[in-house]
Amino acid sequence: MRLYAAVAVSGFRRYATYRVATAAGVFTNTVFGFVIAYTFVALWDERPHLGGYDQSQALTFVWVSQGLLAAAALLGGGFQEELQERIRTGDIAVDLYRPADLQLWWLAADLGRAAFHLLGRGAVPVAVGALAFELSLPADPLRWLAFLLSALLGVVVGFALRFLVALCAFWLLDGQGVNMISALMCMFFSGMLLPLTVFPGLFGEIARLLPWAAMLQVPVDVLLGTHSGTGLARALGFQVLWAALLLGAGRALQSLATRKVVVQGG
Amino acid sequence: MAGNELSDDGFIELDGVEKVFDVRRKAGFLRRERHRVRAVDGIGFRVGRGEMVGYIGPNGAGKSTTIKMLTGILTPSAGRLRVAGIDPSRERAGLAHRIGVVFGQRTTLWWDLPLRDSYGLVRRMYRVPEARYRANLDRCVELLDLGALLDVPVRQLSLGQRMRGDIAAALLHDPEVLYLDEPTIGLDVVSKAKVRGFLREVNAERGTTVLLTTHDLTDIEQLCERVMVIDHGRLVHDGGLAELHAAGESERTLVVDLERELPPIEDVPGARTVKVEGPRQWLAFGTGQSAAPIVAAVAERYPLVDLSVREPDIEDVIARMYAGGKGL
Repeated sequence: MRLYAAVAVSGFRRYATYRVATAAGVFTNTVFGFVIAYTFVALWDERPHLGGYDQSQALTFVWVSQGLLAAAALLGGGFQEELQERIRTGDIAVDLYRPADLQLWWLAADLGRAAFHLLGRGAVPVAVGALAFELSLPADPLRWLAFLLSALLGVVVGFALRFLVALCAFWLLDGQGVNMISALMCMFFSGMLLPLTVFPGLFGEIARLLPWAAMLQVPVDVLLGTHSGTGLARALGFQVLWAALLLGAGRALQSLATRKVVVQGG
Repeated sequence: MAGNELSDDGFIELDGVEKVFDVRRKAGFLRRERHRVRAVDGIGFRVGRGEMVGYIGPNGAGKSTTIKMLTGILTPSAGRLRVAGIDPSRERAGLAHRIGVVFGQRTTLWWDLPLRDSYGLVRRMYRVPEARYRANLDRCVELLDLGALLDVPVRQLSLGQRMRGDIAAALLHDPEVLYLDEPTIGLDVVSKAKVRGFLREVNAERGTTVLLTTHDLTDIEQLCERVMVIDHGRLVHDGGLAELHAAGESERTLVVDLERELPPIEDVPGARTVKVEGPRQWLAFGTGQSAAPIVAAVAERYPLVDLSVREPDIEDVIARMYAGGKGL
């Protein structure tokens, strides 16, 4: 276990090395935050209480999304392409002869990365948003704690999904097709474009049950206080369930891949 | 468990090991043709504990495939393979603690981290006790000259520095066997010498078994008493370096610069002139022969200005060997 803690720390440090990239990311998240915030202001002026949020809650949704965007790797980034590249070039051989578990290793590294991105990329946009707009951020420290737990689970679900996508490279060699599909699904079904609560009927029901909802919609709702008491437990349970299911699928795919693996190159 | 009854001369044991890949080739718009590639085609050998063996062959001969099977990354299609009595592909994680691997073309280090941090991860991964880790690291730092590099991120290291860093990383957990896949590829003379010196020392002092693939004959000459040659997935030679040259009918070349242009030298016993270019002439002679009497004979009879002796190229040796259908 201490190994994986060390891996997580190295993941954190690795991303902390690139200060210019971090600054550029913070700037982009902030600009995007303003663009989407003004769009939402216009939308909620027309349709107050759309999706069950008042305007200040909708704006909180925008800025917390921007804060979580890098940490949950909603627009990609992180380990997925790196792992695919290692599979494609055969560098995966190095990972496979080590006395360490592939999935746990990458999960630890990704959690380290996410921790850095939450602090380095998340804090500033949310602070800027809170200065520029009236947000409904909770004063209750327990709510923040629940949010952090939910965000962590969201990162794990996101990792588990991308691990599955990355392992496809063992069979496909070129992962670009599945990457594109996966990125598109994530962008829409996480709630990054519009909160999933906005969508009506059966489509909305299904969208809120898919794993991507666990990555953004659920953590933001936890922060907004949409869930309380058993509702909160159910929301976190929903995330845990998807995390367990997808990590399990990842394990199965991993053992299948390593058993029939063809390591590329000399 | 079967296979535990190994004697000392069978630390690594291969019997009729094969590896067949199914490769799909495009044969039309949507049609794919399957065909089988026998990367390793029935190989058997034994390597004793503490031996240092060269494993050579042309590109695509099956060297890396063999190493991958020995580390357990690839499962043999047929045959029996044991390392320290263990079937690597079945007990990959268990064996991993006992082996060290260096792939010259790949790195086991973490690109963005300083060398020291990479070693810290390796220490945790292999659960190396602190004191032993210290001692091993200090020794590697001293012998591989890594002192100034420990705090440099791996991406900023030169190829030679990175390779030395990789070799140290593979030895921090005191592996019983070390697989080196082209450890001197792309290195300059000084780095090569450093790496070779270090490997010799590790083998002599720790009794680490070493299996080394390379294209550089000098690696083999300076490190290995035994060399195995593989071509088209089959072992075509297993023995000493001298026998390899004999089997490959390879020749050394004496290059002499004379004072002036002269007709080809013909009266030196044991050597024949293979090329003349102005005052320079090339004389070929057997690898088992000493160059001294030939040099003496030339110097006695001709106005000699300068000379050099060229060793046969390993690729040539293998090529000639294979073209001649020689094998064991």
